[in-house]
Amino acid sequence: MTAKETILAGTNGEPHAAPSSPGKRAALDFGKAWSYAPAPEAADHVRIEPRYELFIGGKWTAPSSGKYFDTVSPSTEQKLAEVAEANERDVDLAVKAARVGYEKYWSKLSGIERGKYIYRIARVIQEKARELAIVETMDGGKPIKESRDVDLPLVAAHFFYYAGWADKLAYAFPGRSPRPLGVAGQVIPWNFPLLMAAWKLAPALAAGNTCVLKPAETTPLTALLLAKIIEECDLPPGVVNVVTGAGATGAAVVAHPDVDKVAFTGSTDVGKRIQKALSGTRKKLTLELGGKAANIVFADAPLDQAVEGIISGIFFNQGHVCCAGSRLLVEEGAYEPLMQKLRDRMQTLRVGDPLDKNTDVGAINSKMQLDKIRELVLAGEREGATRFSTPCELPERGYWFAPTLFTGVSQSHRIAREEIFGPVLAVMTFRTPEEAIEKANNTMYGLSAGVWTDKGSKSFWVSQRLRAGVVWANTYNKFDPSSPFGGYKESGFGREGGRQGLLPYLEVD
Amino acid sequence: MLVGGQFVRSESGRYIQVADPMSLGGTKENVPWASRKDVRDAVVVARGAWEGWSSRTAYNRGQILYRLAEMLEARQGELSRALERGGLEASRAASETAAAIDRVVSYAGWADKYQSLFSSLNPVSGPHFNFTVPESMGVVGVVAPARPALLGLLGAVLPIITAGNTAVVLASEADPRTALVLGEALATSDLPGGVINVLTGRAAELVPHLAKHMEVAALDLHDVTPELARKAEEAGIVNVKRVRTRSIDEAAWFDADGATSPRWIERFVEMKTIWHPSGA
Repeated sequence: MTAKETILAGTNGEPHAAPSSPGKRAALDFGKAWSYAPAPEAADHVRIEPRYELFIGGKWTAPSSGKYFDTVSPSTEQKLAEVAEANERDVDLAVKAARVGYEKYWSKLSGIERGKYIYRIARVIQEKARELAIVETMDGGKPIKESRDVDLPLVAAHFFYYAGWADKLAYAFPGRSPRPLGVAGQVIPWNFPLLMAAWKLAPALAAGNTCVLKPAETTPLTALLLAKIIEECDLPPGVVNVVTGAGATGAAVVAHPDVDKVAFTGSTDVGKRIQKALSGTRKKLTLELGGKAANIVFADAPLDQAVEGIISGIFFNQGHVCCAGSRLLVEEGAYEPLMQKLRDRMQTLRVGDPLDKNTDVGAINSKMQLDKIRELVLAGEREGATRFSTPCELPERGYWFAPTLFTGVSQSHRIAREEIFGPVLAVMTFRTPEEAIEKANNTMYGLSAGVWTDKGSKSFWVSQRLRAGVVWANTYNKFDPSSPFGGYKESGFGREGGRQGLLPYLEVD
Repeated sequence: MLVGGQFVRSESGRYIQVADPMSLGGTKENVPWASRKDVRDAVVVARGAWEGWSSRTAYNRGQILYRLAEMLEARQGELSRALERGGLEASRAASETAAAIDRVVSYAGWADKYQSLFSSLNPVSGPHFNFTVPESMGVVGVVAPARPALLGLLGAVLPIITAGNTAVVLASEADPRTALVLGEALATSDLPGGVINVLTGRAAELVPHLAKHMEVAALDLHDVTPELARKAEEAGIVNVKRVRTRSIDEAAWFDADGATSPRWIERFVEMKTIWHPSGA
């Protein structure tokens, strides 16, 4: 069968939302005839150790618990390595090492010397970018094109950016003399394992603090590779410590009495528990929590660009993004054409082996997360919303979820209120800008939002009224170390990135 | 008490007695003892006032604050006498009143300037125009310090309202009467009703209610016990409240440089970052 026949016949059996003339839709109906040959990134040169210990006081240390847990590849369900489980005693050792590192070395260094260490970390990350991207993809399931082209460049950029602040802190807060806080306990999530490590470590170190970092239990490997890089860069012992484990390990880091500052990125539920655990302790706290961002599309928006923004807003990193544009608000006049374009575009997304360079949507990070996504999608169907999932063959092994959107969603539906943290979009409509703002702000979250309109004045008017820490106008999911990121309301407090991202790591009052 | 620009008694009918050293027979004066319901009413009013207050121009907020300073100046004697009745010597009362007026003048000037200091144009890689601006948080619950009763209350509230927030303030328990006299000046100023709401009562009783309230975005607690601070922080997790606590020496409230630092305003703003593509 020729490609042309396939196009006209539509033999892939994909259900289309609306039948249309073949001539009009031909370009998108390419079906199986146009399937790509696999283009896997070679991973044979990457060496993952069978077992990783804890990185405490500059030494690789066996856990006092004697326990190890497996980290598996979510795309193959194969065990990649075993990783030490730190208990309270290990965390205590790490905090003690960080205290010694702070008092004996890090606080005695001049800003420019601290900066040089951080610059060196940035440089080595660039040198090892390929290895880090591959391991990030193997351990977390995200497409290699994202870990390679988005995560790793941003990771290096964060260290580069904050390295330069180390000797300029007095200029960041004029008229005050900022001082470091001491030991920072940092707990990070599994969706951007290495990027979150960079977001946490780079400003903390630049500000003169030492760190105890706890990566997520499903994605510990790149944080451990980063610890090796830090070892290679010859940082003084104890300045950066990495303890692996699950929730209990994180709780021990947060609760340790000698930790001066806690930084957490993760769910609002856990964030609230941390806020409670820290009440009355006088420890400084920053929280980057969940989101349920509205992506608002006005009828005058450039629709093709908006479609790209919507796609990246919700399907980037399988939707495992706290600032994902998971609520699409469309002005009624643009609803039909936009939905047609969106469904068409969704069907071009390639779901599969995250190490394949053609892959757009990789594996769901864990079995647990997949179950959560399924539960919420089921709730969407039960509550009467209409589901559209792209028809695609999912690999037999591993954790997968096809890109999905719901129409006919109302404000009260769970899929419109709760963070799904998966490739699931809830679509609603509006008639006036006021209604769009009202609906966008009708959430306990306030991390991010998107606005699409051809009219500059309207985009500013709307941006000013959205209660969210980051507003992307005519773009989405853009990040930069010089640009503050963080939430309003129950999306947490404090900012990461920019001058504002130094503040949580300094005593300035 | 001052709620929404109106003078109200506590719906509970409760009162607290405050000594009146000016009276010959040693009589006492009665001030309202606010209840949980009073707190909730004040929060509703403050939430309603926030929309208008935060959307005014910075220049207009500055004008209104400066006008407030003029009103306070006109009532200088009355405010000083209130402080004296609260136990201060005449000369100290007069200097506190003068410092309080200066404080308002100073924040009137901040109203259209802190934005330039906290905001940034971020030099992101790629074809984007990207900037960060401070915005208000919403309703902020304040426990004013015990002393100085006038300067402390204004010193705590001014940075909060300058940033576009509205406030529900629990007045000093040591000298609640001065706050009510101040309330009269606030009510007759151009400050829209509900921007500053003043309650009198017991912080230990009322703070947990403020902390639990979903429409209160942040708390600023001065001189509260560690136990009360812990309770407030715990109750505040209901909506991830921004809880700030501190105890400042009485003398430090008079340090005009320290107490008008823009950092005091920065404690009650949220930073919003806006991205836009740039290209032809």
